[in-house]
Amino acid sequence: MDIFSAQNISKQFSLHKALDQVSIAIPEGSIFGLLGPNGAGKTTFIRIINQIIAPDEGKLFYNGRELQPNDIYNIGYLPEERGLYKKMTVGEQAMYLAQLKGLSKQEAHRRLIYWFEKFEMKSWWNKKVEELSKGMQQKVQFLITIIHEPKLLIFDEPFSGFDPINASMLKDEIIAQKDKGATVIFSTHNMASVEELCDHIALINNARVVLDGPVRDIKKTYKTNTFEVAFNSFNGRLESILPSAFRIIKEWNDHELRLANIQIPADTTPNNLISALLPVVTIHSFIELIPSMNDIFIRVVTEKKSEPVLL
Amino acid sequence: MHKIFLIIKREYLTRVRKKSFLVMTILGPLMMAAIVIVPIFLATRGNELKTVAVIDQTGVFFEKFKDTDNIKFHYLVSDIAAAKSSFRKSGDYALLFIPKTEVSIPTNAILYGESNVSINIISYIRNVMTKQVEDMKLEAKLRDLQTDKKNPLNVEDILRSVKTTIDVNTIKITDEGKEEKSYTEISMVLGMFAGILIYFFIFMFGSQVMRGVIEEKTNRIIEVIISSVKPFELMMGKIVGVGMVGLTQFLLWVVLTFGIVTVVTSTFVGKGTSKHTAEQTILQNAAKYNPDNLPLASAAPEKKSQNEGVNAVFEALDSVNFPVMIGAFIFFFIFGYLMYGSLFAAIGGAVDSEADTQQFMLPITVPLILSMVMAQFFIMDPSGQVAFWFSVFPLTSPVAMMIRIPFGVPYWQVALSMGMLVLTFLGTTWMAAKIYRTGILMYGKKISYKELWKWLRY
Repeated sequence: MDIFSAQNISKQFSLHKALDQVSIAIPEGSIFGLLGPNGAGKTTFIRIINQIIAPDEGKLFYNGRELQPNDIYNIGYLPEERGLYKKMTVGEQAMYLAQLKGLSKQEAHRRLIYWFEKFEMKSWWNKKVEELSKGMQQKVQFLITIIHEPKLLIFDEPFSGFDPINASMLKDEIIAQKDKGATVIFSTHNMASVEELCDHIALINNARVVLDGPVRDIKKTYKTNTFEVAFNSFNGRLESILPSAFRIIKEWNDHELRLANIQIPADTTPNNLISALLPVVTIHSFIELIPSMNDIFIRVVTEKKSEPVLL
Repeated sequence: MHKIFLIIKREYLTRVRKKSFLVMTILGPLMMAAIVIVPIFLATRGNELKTVAVIDQTGVFFEKFKDTDNIKFHYLVSDIAAAKSSFRKSGDYALLFIPKTEVSIPTNAILYGESNVSINIISYIRNVMTKQVEDMKLEAKLRDLQTDKKNPLNVEDILRSVKTTIDVNTIKITDEGKEEKSYTEISMVLGMFAGILIYFFIFMFGSQVMRGVIEEKTNRIIEVIISSVKPFELMMGKIVGVGMVGLTQFLLWVVLTFGIVTVVTSTFVGKGTSKHTAEQTILQNAAKYNPDNLPLASAAPEKKSQNEGVNAVFEALDSVNFPVMIGAFIFFFIFGYLMYGSLFAAIGGAVDSEADTQQFMLPITVPLILSMVMAQFFIMDPSGQVAFWFSVFPLTSPVAMMIRIPFGVPYWQVALSMGMLVLTFLGTTWMAAKIYRTGILMYGKKISYKELWKWLRY
């Protein structure tokens, strides 16, 4: 079941096409990574989901029906450009923003007290925002994003500006939200966090979706049957002991061990490689090289760039 | 609807709780009270002896004007034309002329003076005349009662029939011997004052809207908010919230100024004995001169007549039709402010920082400043062509109309001006909403007029 889907969304800003026939489906309960280089149209797409701007073409669906204005209460959004009123106190501000998200005054207060206690922020309540450190402000912003317990959470570059401690806390909290049943969309350049968190991704480049699907499947598609083997040094050349269809991509020494990256043909299995090696060397480790999201990202984006771009 | 209320509440409370609001609320009335009190206070304090020549054609008031510490009366028996021509040489401070009346009770007097006759002399004369006429009426009434015993003695009836209003018209005799009715002076001061005040309020609160929008942009909180509310709601909430701060400030100023003036005057200025306020008198005078006009002609309220201890300074204030003035001020402030406020909000939305506002501020501030620059023309000729067009053109009408209103403006002109203003407010709001909506999500881009035009058509 998809909690949210977009069909053929297009958006034009005067001469610049920000989104071109973008279709994305976000499975319920997933952590969905929205990737893409700067200016690809990620933020425009997120703003369209949040109904901040309207698409020129296309349809949006929430829970199987068309998106309605009231659905903003089901969405929690932490924008990339985020901030707080500096002169307002933390508590007052949190109350204000929570009420704007449709909570009653009593309910907003009850939930805020709960979260402030949980995050050990109670002493901040009467402080002005400008007295807080940046990390503290970001905690407040995060809390405000989830305070109305939305079904769909959208984080635009959530980790930018967080120190490692707060970033890992934020990461844990995103996972906790997912475990509670929320669906999370997050847009980022940080591929490490994508590897760690996302089960689905969509890669947007030049206003189009160029890659879309579960992370596992994508990696499967992009893997090259390359294995890294570590073995004890021996006198002789590796080529001589491998069948000719096996390709040695890289070979190097690491202390007493020798390592090699070997690509095997699609119709063979890792066992063929191991059995070719076993009689000659002692194998210390053997792992398949799965392409990182970073590699895939760079590969897809640079490939597409070489295509002629029509404006 | 609930959310726009939350926004209005936040905008209102954060500003009203500021120290600067408190300071302005206290300083404003102190300044205004000082402007009102000091000159009148000085005038009433003048202890130099002033002589007033009296020509009493009725004979009723002979020897009735008793000399006081600083007013000396002497009676002339010459005719008024001769007295007027020799007035400047006589060294008298003022010349009181009570013309002969057809019916037996005189209620009119004209006071000639070289400059403005000080208010306590006018009120003294009025008090004496009122008392004298009322005494005469009461005497006659009592005689009637004695002869006609059948009528029951009804004190209230008697008092009502005895109550008298005396008109003291002041006329200035200038160097050339010409005469000017000097009661327009209070209109002049009042018009100028109201014009400056509305100019100041629109500018101050309009630019507060702009700064508020820029603040939200630079704080980067704007996107968080517009993910829960529509940009239009946020913009209108801010404009309305700030406007209500302006109204609160204005009403506090009115109340506090009246308070201060009342307290100060009742403490320092001796209490008069008049039963009649100058308000009624001047309103009636005005009604005679421009019967079709607003607003001085509109109904002289009787409500103040029970006010026994009205003193000279307070009388001066009372001579103003405050309900109409305040009502007009509030209307022109609200709509003038809403119109300018939406333009200011659009500018705030389009730029990244206050430094970038200059080029867009100019076309907005020029009409406002121009209406202030032209103020003296409106005062010199309040019903002339210049004043008319400025008070109809919406960008200048709030200031121009406020300057004109104390002089009396025909109803249709006021209605036209109000209508134009409301229509323009709707237009500017529509325009501002479009610019605002696009602008608030733009960062780090220098915006040109061409760009703004493009946003309008999105």
